[in-house]
This record gives sequence, C-alpha cells and structure tokens, in this order.
Amino acid sequence: MNVLEASGLGKRYGRTWALRECTLEIPAGHVAALVGPNGAGKTTLLNLAVGLTAPTSGTVTVLGGRAAGAPAALAGVAFVAQDTPLYRNLSAADMMHVTRNLNRRFDQPYAETRLAELGIPPGRKAGKLSGGQQAQLALTLALARRPRLLVLDEPVAMLDPVARRDFMDTVLTAAGDGVSVVLSSHVLADLERVAGYLILLSRGRVQLAGEVGGLLAAHRLDSLEELALGYLRENPAEVTR
Amino acid sequence: MTALTVPARPDEDASPRPVPWQRMAWVTWRQHRFALAGVAALLGAFAVYLWLSGLQAHHDFAAAADCHPASSYACGNGLDDFNNTYGARAEAVAGLLLAVPALIGAFVGGPAIGREMETGTFRYTWTQEFGRCRWALAKLVPLAVAVTAAAGAFSVLFSWYLQPFLADGNQTPLAPTVFGLRGVAFAAWTLAAFAIGALAGMLIRRVVTAIAATLAVYTGLALAVMNFLRQHYLTPLVSRNLVSPPASAWIISQWWTKGSAFIFAPWPPDIVQREDCPPTSFGPDGPSLAGLTQCFVRHGYTRWTSYQPASRFWPFQWIEGGWLLALSVLLIAATVWLVRRRAA
Repeated sequence: MNVLEASGLGKRYGRTWALRECTLEIPAGHVAALVGPNGAGKTTLLNLAVGLTAPTSGTVTVLGGRAAGAPAALAGVAFVAQDTPLYRNLSAADMMHVTRNLNRRFDQPYAETRLAELGIPPGRKAGKLSGGQQAQLALTLALARRPRLLVLDEPVAMLDPVARRDFMDTVLTAAGDGVSVVLSSHVLADLERVAGYLILLSRGRVQLAGEVGGLLAAHRLDSLEELALGYLRENPAEVTR
Repeated sequence: MTALTVPARPDEDASPRPVPWQRMAWVTWRQHRFALAGVAALLGAFAVYLWLSGLQAHHDFAAAADCHPASSYACGNGLDDFNNTYGARAEAVAGLLLAVPALIGAFVGGPAIGREMETGTFRYTWTQEFGRCRWALAKLVPLAVAVTAAAGAFSVLFSWYLQPFLADGNQTPLAPTVFGLRGVAFAAWTLAAFAIGALAGMLIRRVVTAIAATLAVYTGLALAVMNFLRQHYLTPLVSRNLVSPPASAWIISQWWTKGSAFIFAPWPPDIVQREDCPPTSFGPDGPSLAGLTQCFVRHGYTRWTSYQPASRFWPFQWIEGGWLLALSVLLIAATVWLVRRRAA
C-alpha cells in the first residue's frame, strides 16, 4: 500500500506555481524524508497531502487511495504543522482533552505517560513550554490519535540539537511500531539517521525519489547528504514559471 | 528513554462514522468562555442598572399617573417632573445600548475563527478527524445562539424599563433610538453583528483588524437601516391638512402642494410665510403651528404628512428580525464555505 500517492499534482498561488506536475508514490512502512531548498514546495505538498489545501491540478491520495482531507483520510492521518501551532493559552492537559474530543480515537494513557516521561507538567500552558516541549507535545497529541500515517512539516527547524535528537527518537519509536512517517526538512543532517525513503524536491518539482539504500548504491555514495547536495548541484532544476 | 509502544491498528477506518457533534461543545466552551463571560458581564452590568433605575422609574411614574384629577395643573406637573428626571437618563442608556450588539459581534465573532487563522492553530484543528466544516459550524452556531439568546433576554428587561416613557402615548415606539433595542430587533442585530464578525475574522485573518472592520461595517449597516431602510418596510400612511397623525406615530415626512404641484417641504419657506401669512396677522404671540397650517390651507395649500402608526411596531419588528436572521444565516454559511475552500 502507498501511504501517499500524487499524480500530476500542482498548486498555484496567484501566478506562481508552488508545486507542479508532481507524481510520486510513497510506500507504507518508511520514514520518508521530503528534502529540498527553501521554497521548493515541501510545505505545499504536505498541506495538499493532509487536505489543508486543495490542488490546482492533479490528485493526491493517502493510505491506499483515500482522497486527501476526506473524513476517511483525516481518521488515519495525523499532522504536525510547521512551528507546531498549539493553543497557547490552553494547558497540556487541556490540549489533550481538545484532541480527544476532536477524534474518535485517542490513547489517553499513552499521551499521559509520554508527557510524564518528557517532564511536561500537564497544568502548564502550552505557550509557557519551551520550543522543544511544544514540539514534543504536538507530536504526542498526533501520535495519541494512533494514526497510520504521521505527517510532519519541518518539525525540528526551530529546535536545539538535544531537542532535535529527542524529537527524532520519538518519531523513530513510532515508526518502529508500524506508523508510516512523511517528514520534510531542509536540514539534511537531521534526516541521515532516520530516513529510509527520500523525495528530493526542487523548484516545485520532484527531482528524485526512492529508497535511500537503493539510491545510495546506484550513485555509489555513502550519505544522504552527499546524494542530495550532489544531485541539487549537478541538476539545477529548470525554472518554469 | 523508554520505548512506548503505539500499536499499529487494523484498517477499520475506511468509512468512519463522524465524530459526534457534542464533542465540540466542550472545545467551543473552553475556548470562548472568557468572551461569553465578557458578554454576560456587559449585559449584566446594564441589566442591574436598568433594574434598579427601572424600579424607581416605575414607582415614580405610577405615583404621577395615579394623580387625581388627571387634568389638574399639579398632575401635569408631576408627569413633567417624571419626564425631566428620567427622560434624559433613559435616552443616554438607549444611546449606549445601541453600541452593545456591535461590541458583542466584534469581540465574540471577530476572534471566533479569526484567532485560529492568525495564530495558525487552524492547521492543527482542521486536520483532526472532526472535520473543518463541521468544526466551523460547531463553533459558530452555539456561539451565535448564546449571544442571540442573551441579547433577547436583555431586551425583554429593556422593554420593561421603557414602559413608563411610552405609556403616555406621546412618544413613538418606532423612534430610531429605541426601536432596535426592543422586541426581536436587539437579538437580531446582535446575531447579525456576530455573523459579520465571524466572516470578517475568516476573511481578514487578523483579530484586531477584524474587530475594527466589524465595528465599521455594523455601524454603516445600522445607520443605513435607521435612516433610509426601516421607514420603507410598509407603505407609510398619509394624512391631509388638519388631520394630524397620532402623537405615537413615526413621522416620515411632511410636504405641501398647491393644485397638484409639489410646492415645499417640510414647511413653507419664510418668504412665502411673510407673503401669505405674515406673523402680524396672528396677533402679539405670533403664529402657532395649527394657526399657520390653517392660514396656509385658506390660501389653497394642502399639507401632507406621511407616517408609520405605532400599531406597526410588531410587523416592523418581525420584518427587521426576519431579514437580519436571513442575512446572518447567509454570512455564517459564507464563513463555513470559506473554511471549506480556503487554501492554507
């Protein structure tokens, strides 16, 4: 099963194409990394995948053919947006309560245990938590929904190195439990350890996609960073606007 | 760090039942309880004042109205005293209350969705299983019902407060300053203000700007209705010459004709007055309105007065309440539609 499938997918804002003619399949069971420079269309692709945005052209489906944003898709997909928006004036416990109310499935014991492990006081307002704690809270809320696909948009961009590692550990644990993950980042070093599948996006188009192991072997390279940087240097994407 | 297991679950959600509506009730309450408390405090403060002041006014009015014989000088004085004491106060309160629907609409409606758009939390909310259209409805409808019900209850109290001032039949209940505060109008205006606020928040995506825009749009709409629209709800009655409309009627306009031609409105200009009915012809006190009218009628002019009788209060209330309700439903539907189609 493909957790994410796009066909001829395009999104235009005004006269600018943020993403165009994107066709890709991400199979289940991976931590898939969506990489590319700023403005490559990563956020646009993820917003389309979770149904926040409607495509200008083409189609996008999740979890084996469910239209993105449809009720069946929302039930199985959890999303943590860039800068992890939370209700700043609600406590962590309130955020759990809100999320439980907005979903049929919510694993309260998991969420409570996880917050206790992270040392996040349930009574503290989300706005008063550190950046790392906010990101972890948002991730915990998403995972407590027990999604089959977890979508993360630049989840660690604002975090310090320790918080990054902690966050990625949580993501890896979830992946180990069978949750498929699609995450975007422009910091390649963050992904080296976790990514099993790579999608390279540049100037609104998919440049490269496939399992990291296979791609590295084919290009006779050792690291994802070399692969991505090398590819972006050698193939400056055509500007089509 | 302990590895906490998140068991992958079987594929049971291909066609899920929707999350029950009532689950949103707590969320809406939790997020808007301070705004609703603010509404309660604002209306509560006015209500306490109206109640205390109203009890006193009712008591004094009853005393003045019980005076015998009613036509005596002392009794007339009593009613005058009552109007002098309470009239200005009631007008001031009514003036302040005209702003209340706008404030409720701006400060409850504006942030309802506007804050989610401004802070980006809509990216969290709209990707939960509940669904974004249902979320918007589950937020806006209960809030709309709450503010409308509060305003409706409040205007019952205000109607009671105003009774003594309308009892003598010398003031029209259709007057722009009080019509919108009684009956169903006050609740309907509050609902409309809320709907304007909700749409402004969704369109502008900035809370403060949305609040300002709501106040501006509401004020424009209210002034247009007061000054131009309301008088046309039903065709005005027209009276001729000395047949005066009752004191409780809302005078729309007055004009004069001679033959079949329109001559002047609302009163003859000074030059005509000097020519046909000079002040000297009325004796030392100058002309009274009735005397002047009689004089002009003698000179072949016809005076016309168009007015809305006080008996049209309730038809007007239902007309205004009806179209404001329709407008509010339309605005809220537009807001939900924007939530549905908005590209994040």
